[in-house]
Amino acid sequence: MNDHVVEARSVEKKLGRGAGEVHALRGIDLALRRGELTLLMGPSGSGKTTLLLVLGCMLTPSSGSVTVCGTPTADADKEALARIRREHVGFVFQSYHLFPTLTATQNVQLALDIRGEHGRRAAQKARDALVMVGLEQKVDSLPGGLSGGEQQRVAIARALVANPSVVLADEPTGALDGKNGQSIMRILADTAHERERAVLVVTHDPRVVPYADRIVEIEDGLIVQERTDRPRMPTAVPFRA
Amino acid sequence: MSLVLTLASRNLFHDRLRFVATMVGIVFSVVLVMIQMGLFLGFGRMVTTMIDHASADLWILPKGAKCFEDPSLLDVKLRDRVATMEGVSWAVPLVIGFSDWRLERGEVTPVFIVSADLRDGSLQPFNVVDGNVQTLTQGANVAVDRSYFDRLGVSGVGSTAEIRGRKVRVVAVTDGIRSFATTPYVFVDLKNARNYTGTPRDRASSVLVRLKTDADREKALSAIRAQVGDAEVLTSEDFRSRSRSFWLFGTGAGAALFAGALLGVIVGTVIVAQTLYSSTKDHLNEFATLRAMGSSNAYIYTVIIYQALINAVIGFAIAAGIGSIVVQMTAKSALPIVITPWLMAALFALTVVMCVASGIGAIIRVVRIDPATVFMR
Repeated sequence: MNDHVVEARSVEKKLGRGAGEVHALRGIDLALRRGELTLLMGPSGSGKTTLLLVLGCMLTPSSGSVTVCGTPTADADKEALARIRREHVGFVFQSYHLFPTLTATQNVQLALDIRGEHGRRAAQKARDALVMVGLEQKVDSLPGGLSGGEQQRVAIARALVANPSVVLADEPTGALDGKNGQSIMRILADTAHERERAVLVVTHDPRVVPYADRIVEIEDGLIVQERTDRPRMPTAVPFRA
Repeated sequence: MSLVLTLASRNLFHDRLRFVATMVGIVFSVVLVMIQMGLFLGFGRMVTTMIDHASADLWILPKGAKCFEDPSLLDVKLRDRVATMEGVSWAVPLVIGFSDWRLERGEVTPVFIVSADLRDGSLQPFNVVDGNVQTLTQGANVAVDRSYFDRLGVSGVGSTAEIRGRKVRVVAVTDGIRSFATTPYVFVDLKNARNYTGTPRDRASSVLVRLKTDADREKALSAIRAQVGDAEVLTSEDFRSRSRSFWLFGTGAGAALFAGALLGVIVGTVIVAQTLYSSTKDHLNEFATLRAMGSSNAYIYTVIIYQALINAVIGFAIAAGIGSIVVQMTAKSALPIVITPWLMAALFALTVVMCVASGIGAIIRVVRIDPATVFMR
């Protein structure tokens, strides 16, 4: 059976029009595999986020193809893309994007709510997801009462609670100190390895490299290097703020 | 239960100042519409109060008579012709008209004379709280409403005054027979009514007809119409409708009330639309996050619609409370505001429609959200 959860073939993406047009992706071939944490690295403006948006069904490619769990995205309209995201993709954002007026449990539950899962069972699933990321003491806290690391863990719980096939994380450690960054990367690595999910982390933070199974480097919209010979995941705390 | 309601209510209550502004807008709008429509209903009831309390099935009126207070006269012989017709129980002439009431202290005030027929009971003083209406026929006696005591310079049964230079005595007192024109109604017997209004003996303002209970109404109506020549024969319901139509629309009063109500709806819609739009704009990032997470547009619309509905329910509840106070305060006034259960239900529906329609702008804004924006912030 094919382990490729997301597959991009010859993906090109042009953004803007006329004189302002930017060729953000210039023929990307990339597959995200179940049980693997992939790092997507590159300098600013290299096309990392655009590729993440295309793989996450926020954007459709200008040419080439993307399939998510076997579903092609090329001809999908906005609602169809949303359905693919809802069914298969979990997102972790750099700025967490939690709902400030909802508790941690409700924030996580929201991911189930939009999928039509309501009520006590959904609330229990949300609490279980928070326990999984170590926030059993914070289930009723509002985001304003949580630290940055805790907020990111709520965001990860939200991304995982509906059991997506792929988790796409955009600079998940970007706003965190070393200790919290390490904690977040451990959760994402566990998600890939223990829960058998495909995890893609977009980052330019070299400290997360030890957690990767594969590192993809992108420059000017092209994959310039792909390697698996990353340093072993350390047992000691590697992050230092 | 879905989190939609939770999310909608938190979005609303999060910014209390804006929520209060929204409530003020809705309450102002609904109370304004409620009062305008309550006045409309109150006015509509008041202009037909005499028709409502007459026990007639049919009214024979001078051609083109527009309302109960119409000063036109018809030939009273019609009454004799109709009274003997098949299916007719009784036919009674009615005389109405303006007259002058001179208080004991010498002041003069206009009054509206209504002839009461006590034998057949066609139109009598109603809501009698003191005295005896049966004595109206025993001389220059009158029945007046206690709400006009000050105006008429009387204090109750036994008080005296003058109508057109003739001394009259109050023998009965009613409660709540108010005139929308603020001219007090004064009930007298038919003979005195002619004297006080200057109506000739062979003339009457109208003839009230009561049909026998077993009469074929349509047949009787057609037969009477054939007998009255130029005069018109209307059922009580038709006469009521014609009177309302004249006073409410013929005079422009109803249009003014409706215009006020429309203004209320417009103001309310604009305020709610503005605050909902601004609330949605403030929460665009959250809506974009929802969209990025894969939520359908319908889910997001539901959040906005729920916000609108919460606004509607709370705003309407406050407005209804204020409305009921206004109703109580105006109950004894010259023009009471009438709020019926139907009006309440219609206003609630209007409030919901107004608030939901106000959400359209917000929904249009949300439709344009690009979920990718959450990766740029």
